[in-house]
Amino acid sequence: MSNNHIASHVEKTLDKGMRYDNRKLLDFRKITLETGVSVNAEGSARVTIGDTEVLAGVKLDLGTPYPDIPDQGVMMVGAELLPMSNPKFEPGPPSIHAIELARVVDRGIRESGTIDTKKLCVKEGEKVWMMLLDLIPINDAGNLMDAFGLAALAALNDTTFPKFDSETEKVDYKEKTDKKLELSKLPIPVTVYKIGKNVIVDPLTDEEEAMDARLTVSSTEDGKLCALQKGGDITLSVEDIKKMIEIGIDKGKELRKVFESAK
Amino acid sequence: MTYSKRLDGRGFEDIREMEAKVGVVKNADGSAMFRMGKTIAYAAVYGPKDLYPKFLQDPERGILRVNYNMMPFSGMGDRVRPGPSRRSREIGMVSKNALLPVINLTDFKNAVVDVFIELPQTDAGTRCAGICAASLALADAGITMRDLVASVSIGKIGDKLVVDLTYDEEAIKDMDVADIPVAVIPSTGEISLLQMDGIISKEEITEAIEMAKRACVKINKVQVDALKKKFEVKKNE
Repeated sequence: MSNNHIASHVEKTLDKGMRYDNRKLLDFRKITLETGVSVNAEGSARVTIGDTEVLAGVKLDLGTPYPDIPDQGVMMVGAELLPMSNPKFEPGPPSIHAIELARVVDRGIRESGTIDTKKLCVKEGEKVWMMLLDLIPINDAGNLMDAFGLAALAALNDTTFPKFDSETEKVDYKEKTDKKLELSKLPIPVTVYKIGKNVIVDPLTDEEEAMDARLTVSSTEDGKLCALQKGGDITLSVEDIKKMIEIGIDKGKELRKVFESAK
Repeated sequence: MTYSKRLDGRGFEDIREMEAKVGVVKNADGSAMFRMGKTIAYAAVYGPKDLYPKFLQDPERGILRVNYNMMPFSGMGDRVRPGPSRRSREIGMVSKNALLPVINLTDFKNAVVDVFIELPQTDAGTRCAGICAASLALADAGITMRDLVASVSIGKIGDKLVVDLTYDEEAIKDMDVADIPVAVIPSTGEISLLQMDGIISKEEITEAIEMAKRACVKINKVQVDALKKKFEVKKNE
């Protein structure tokens, strides 16, 4: 079947209030979350949502701060869409899809202010921690964005600082301290899809391909929004957006419960 | 100086604890995970499938491509920069050569089989774990093979030959360390991967290869068990 046929079939199914895997339109698949999955990372997590499986890992390197913020550490988020996880992903430099995923997860974390980058400063103007968060899919069966968002938060929460020797100014990665990375907020992105006149969350691959538009809503536990991203080339009405934001915040609470119960 | 006791207390011919699982990536035509101690390798196989651009096709035999990649957070210390490096490309190439002898390429003329080896966590021996996982993934994908390939690294530390080096052993400073990754086709005892860096005598390298062959018999058993586990028919079904 061509993409158009799949899209119209998906839409017709949704019109009847049904999905290929028997879920309701606003139900997530089963979610699992596990931390400490890669021992050499300073923090790591594995999230599965149905058949989708992703890893997130944090490395802490020492580096020099940016000249305009000499007293703040650096945070960077990257996503590598491995060809292992989906036959459609090609080897090579990050695709625009990978860049968008990484940047939207990054914005949710950064703008929520959950990480105090001033606490990543070791010596003002000279040495700061560079927090490098990498997001990797193992199997892409739809909804990488939300899986990455949850895995990112869990990996950050799992992060411990390695020992820094202030005399030699070197890091001993073998010796982990009991100093954890502190998170003051719990930002969680939820992506809401519009397909025809239906609104759904946690799409399967076919549903992703049938989308008209999507809105990723990153929210914190106090119900505030910390990042938004509209995707797709079809417009949304203000009514749509209001509804999608409500759903995003609401479903964010559900995902936050998964995070809390795994802690 | 003699290396009289291994850093992690293993016997000199002991392989680290092994774990193998077949069918770990649902999207792939075949996939497997192979763990040796703290080194974990995933392998996913896609194909046989059409090969483009067309001039790359070979009407006589199929083409095998192997891609080796360490995840950015997989290693001790610095983050591994994403994307291919000289090291990862070379390891991909030698891993391909290690797997090719068991594969019947005439089964998929004009087509390609892609193997992706991914390492989420590493503690030395990554190419060996990768080859072990990749041969399982190829079998899982139903590629015609005359055997699996098992692989392990042999080390020479001081004057002692040891099986399956860890990162800590590779990094020993007060003794000379040589690292010898070997891949073996278990049913024939043929060698399909042999690399060495360090200093070693002719006699020792022969002994090292014999040790690798013995170790690979054990590895092969873990591989076969994992494959059987996926494909066994449960009695009550």
